[in-house]
Formats: sequence, C-alpha cells, structure tokens
Amino acid sequence: MKPLKLSSPTDTTIEIIRSFDAPRHLVWRAHTEPDLVKRWLTGPPGHTMPECDIDLRVGGAYRYVWEWSEGRMSASGVYRDIEDNRRLVCTEAFDFAPDSKTLVEQTFTEHEGRTTVAVRLTYDSKATRDAALQTPMDEGLEASYTSLDALLTEMA
Amino acid sequence: MDAMAKLDTVFKALADPTRRAILARLVEGEATVDQLSEPFEMSQPSISRHLKVLENAGLISTRINGTSRPRQIEVQPFNAVRDWLEQYRVIWDANYARLDDVLADLMDQEEKE
Repeated sequence: MKPLKLSSPTDTTIEIIRSFDAPRHLVWRAHTEPDLVKRWLTGPPGHTMPECDIDLRVGGAYRYVWEWSEGRMSASGVYRDIEDNRRLVCTEAFDFAPDSKTLVEQTFTEHEGRTTVAVRLTYDSKATRDAALQTPMDEGLEASYTSLDALLTEMA
Repeated sequence: MDAMAKLDTVFKALADPTRRAILARLVEGEATVDQLSEPFEMSQPSISRHLKVLENAGLISTRINGTSRPRQIEVQPFNAVRDWLEQYRVIWDANYARLDDVLADLMDQEEKE
C-alpha cells in the first residue's frame, strides 16, 4: 500500500494522493454512494457521519453531517463536473464558514487493478484567509505552504 | 497563548512573501537589520516591521552581541506547524484506511455475485 502523499504545489492548493488495492469502479462507488461514504469519510476518532446526501449530477448538491460527543458540523457543495469512474469536481463549504468555498477535484486512475485517487483542494484567497481564522483544519491550508515546505526541508 | 492562537500568529507571519524570504535568508545564518535591508532593497524601518511580526510569532529571535543585534531563526514554531500538518495527515490516513476496508468488502461482494 502506497502511503498517502500530502503536498502543496501552490500557495492556494493542497494535493493528497493515495492508492487503493481495488479496481476503479469500486473506488468510484465508495466516493459517490451515501451508504458507502458514511462508512469511511468520518474524520477524527470518535466522529461519525449520520447523514450523507448525494445528488450525483452536474448542478446536483451533496451534504455530509458529522457528529461527535461535543458537537456536530456539516459540509455541502455542488457537483461541477462528473466523468463516471474518472473525475469528480465539486465545491465544498463548511457550515461554520459558508462563504469560504473550496474547489475539490478528485481524479481516479487505474493501473493493474489498483486505483490511485488524487485530490486537489483549491482555495480562493479570501476563503483561505477567512477559514484560516476559524478552524484548525482550514487554518493549516493557509497560503504559505510551498515556502514553508521548502523551509522545513532546509531546516531538517 | 494557546497552541491554536500561536499557530494563527505563525501562519499570518508566513503569509507575506517578504517575510518568507527573510526567513529563507536567516536559514543560512543570522543577520542584522542592515544585512537584511540590502538584498531586499527595503528601508530599515520596513525590514524592522517585518522582523517584529516574525519575532512576535516566535519564528526568529534577537541575539545581543555588543552593539550588534543579529536576528536568528527559531525552530520550535516550525515544528509546531509540522506537528499540526501531521494531525491533518493522520485524519486522511484514517479515512483512507477505512476506505481500504470498504473496498475489500465490495470486492468480496463482487466475487460472490
């Protein structure tokens, strides 16, 4: 199993790449069928996803709700581009920062029965800035990663 | 300052290209305001303002050496950011480890069909 790769090719993007030991059509289903999404996209320990709605068509909306002992939050967005089994593009906004929209592009490629998922998160700078002030998760996605990575490498 | 507030300060300090360039310069070794203002073609007051932001974020410190005040880089905040990023990675690792299990189930189901 290839380990997850996390990088920041530009100031406003984050890329996550991971391979799976399964054919592409199954990886696609696991990303687009609510009953399957609920089983894995649950985030930190102790969180669950009690609600997951997906209207899989361009212009269709999706909504994820997470719950844990101290609270609840949701993310929602609209599908912008769908190529079955290959590419899924949607917007994403969290309920605590509804104006901070992120573009999420996911591509699925298959090689010898294994599937690689590449996730690219693109923040408009305002969203990045605003979200950075509100949540620990988005905060880390703020602008300076490329330089930061370079600095960390130099300092290591 | 709690850990998150501290990270806020660090990220804001890093959000400026001049300040990142100053840090990149300081990685090579300590430097005074004079030595920094030359390559950046900035006035000493401008450089000093940037240095103040970096120092408030804990990214640099001032060493007193007679009449000279060289600035040096501090590693700790970078470690804090790296640790924070590591948490993010942990969340995605966990999501995808669960996805591995879901996919294994789906493959089993397909084989039975």
